[in-house]
Amino acid sequence: MLEIGLSHYLGVAAILFTLGLFGIFLNRKNVIIILMSIELMLLAVNINFVAFSSFLQDMVGQVFAMFVLTVAAAEAAIGLAILVVYYRNRGSIAVEDINMMKG
Amino acid sequence: MIIQALAFYVFAFVAVAAGVMVIASRNPVHSVLFLILAFFNSAALFVLLGAEFLAMILVVVYVGAVAVLFLFVVMMLDINFAALRQGFLQYLPIGALIGIVLLAELVFVFASWTFSPDVAAVIAAPTPAAAQVSNTHALGRLIYTHYVYLFQAAGLILLVAMVGAIVLTLRHREGVRRQSIARQVARRREDSIEVVKVPSGSGI
Repeated sequence: MLEIGLSHYLGVAAILFTLGLFGIFLNRKNVIIILMSIELMLLAVNINFVAFSSFLQDMVGQVFAMFVLTVAAAEAAIGLAILVVYYRNRGSIAVEDINMMKG
Repeated sequence: MIIQALAFYVFAFVAVAAGVMVIASRNPVHSVLFLILAFFNSAALFVLLGAEFLAMILVVVYVGAVAVLFLFVVMMLDINFAALRQGFLQYLPIGALIGIVLLAELVFVFASWTFSPDVAAVIAAPTPAAAQVSNTHALGRLIYTHYVYLFQAAGLILLVAMVGAIVLTLRHREGVRRQSIARQVARRREDSIEVVKVPSGSGI
């Protein structure tokens, strides 16, 4: 219990990942919360990378976590830009209003 | 040892609790603030794992840039968030079912995780001893040598994201008076001044 091992960190990451998935289901209408949930999931992935990197004594995990961080930042910027443009055109950000392409 | 365990449990508990509040809070501004709290505590977990540079990057990039971006967008858009919460609990059963199944699967996989005995042979870049080389130094040695092309590609991704965000949100409004320096410079005296002889008593 007091010996913090790899499985403790993996457990925290698993809980955070599940919370992110659950948030997407719970806030199905609000795109902003869905984007935040995706950020939570990427954070959980990063915790996994760094935990394995630390317990395997291998630096490559941290390098990869940095690239995940980069992609996450780019995704957030593009996603929020699309959101702002969408709000400007339609006056709403509800998910069920996004149906112009009949997808 | 006990302090390390205590710190881990505190940071992990606060991170998970903040994650719960991100998806459950009524006000999206509170959601963003709880997201910042979750990121801070995850950065603390990174420090416990010995990844100091990534911890600082997490604070700088996420708290300094991404979370502030979220905060700007949430406050900029005039949205009735109460209406967006209609049917909040409609998808709770299926969401809870999928979440519990996923969590159970992850726990089954990770709880019994053991490293193979010959794992030392496949390590790509062994972590140097912390007493000799700091974490930042070791990471720098790696990303500027073996991973330099990936590092450049990451920079390119950020550049494309920046250009994309600007192109998406830029708009040209009609009827806005702007300063045109070229027209001001090209203006000549003959175009703008006219000397008129005015006969007295008649006007122009």
